[in-house]
Amino acid sequence: MPNASASGAKLEVRGLHLWRGERHLLRNVSFAVEPGELLQVAGPNGVGKTSLLRCAAGLLPVESGEIFWRHQPIAAQRDTYHSELAYLAHVNALKVDLTARENLLFGVGIRRSVTSEEIDQALARVEIPHCRDLPVRSLSAGQKRRVAIARILLTRPALWILDEPITNLDVGGIALFERCMATHLEEGGMILTAAHQSLLAGRSGVRTLELH
Amino acid sequence: MQPGVGSLMGLVLARDLRLAFRHWDQVIQPLVFFVIVTTLFPLAISPSLDELRGIAPGIVWVAAMLASLLALESLFRPDVDDGTMEQWTLSGQPLSLMLLAKTLAHWLLAGLPLVIMAPLVGYALGMPESAWPVLVGSLALGTGCLSVLGGIGAALTVSVRRGSVLLALLVLPLEMPILIFGARAVDLAMHGESATGPLNLLAAMLLLFISLGPVAMAAAMRISVES
Repeated sequence: MPNASASGAKLEVRGLHLWRGERHLLRNVSFAVEPGELLQVAGPNGVGKTSLLRCAAGLLPVESGEIFWRHQPIAAQRDTYHSELAYLAHVNALKVDLTARENLLFGVGIRRSVTSEEIDQALARVEIPHCRDLPVRSLSAGQKRRVAIARILLTRPALWILDEPITNLDVGGIALFERCMATHLEEGGMILTAAHQSLLAGRSGVRTLELH
Repeated sequence: MQPGVGSLMGLVLARDLRLAFRHWDQVIQPLVFFVIVTTLFPLAISPSLDELRGIAPGIVWVAAMLASLLALESLFRPDVDDGTMEQWTLSGQPLSLMLLAKTLAHWLLAGLPLVIMAPLVGYALGMPESAWPVLVGSLALGTGCLSVLGGIGAALTVSVRRGSVLLALLVLPLEMPILIFGARAVDLAMHGESATGPLNLLAAMLLLFISLGPVAMAAAMRISVES
């Protein structure tokens, strides 16, 4: 279970600026995500949502501004921070030649020991148990996304950073993923996401950050 | 519970080998290249074994070097393209060890087959049987060096589009000492002299590369992924 309820588990970004070439992409962005909260980053295409998420994950070096995890700068505790974080990018980071089960075995296995039963349960939870032994190449785009979501569920980190998580998901898939996110928030987890549709709208602890 | 260093590297190795076995055609390319290039020389120069014997160590070594370079392009690129490498840098696990395990898998698939095939190629070029152990030993050490050194170059150039030429320009000059000592060892053995000196040097280089190379690879990979 996520150990996010531990004291001081929170992501905080202060005064973040980012330039891409000549463009001043992110101008003084500040926010905090507390346990049980979902922060949705919104804004038009090209406004810097993905860059913001990559900065927050520690994948892009920030030019000015600070990012704190549990009140410590993330640069000073990179491995600890990363072990408590799951990042879902536009790409699913799946090997198309491996089966769904093998992908989860290796993808989760590098972070924590995982058993076959846990993998079966996670695939059942994302409602694709029949895809277990199929090569990912033969899955549909939505099914691949579900395998990537199963990886996050299995990794069980405190903080989820999700870039357009519901891309390619059907109506049932979106509802399913919202249930997974709600469960994660109830357990004291944190979610930072960029999405065009609003997720978990109306739920308490769900906020939106508009980028201009 | 996080996996230990051994099981982490074992997982990466097992994954890469399993992926490779589903793509046999790509795996055997360096080996086929090695065999074809070495067969070209008798056709171009002369089929007389006396003439070939003198240049055989050079031919085998240059061909092995180019074959290893050929395989480097696919060392990290697929994982970077599909986002797997991003997940690895975000795993909180030592990236250097994971890349070392990947390089080991790469050597098992692209380096070891050359080492095994080398006596046959040497025989075809008129190399005396007595030089085979040194040929195999020098290639085993040397291809290991080439894999690690090439891995650093591959990690640096992986974010460059069509970076394969850049990779060759970057890596080949650095690989020259390995070529010099490797070919020299085989040459000495063919003349019935002791090849211990160059072999020891190759072994020392391999140890140096294995101990420092992964750190450089991980640093280069972080730069490539964080852009």
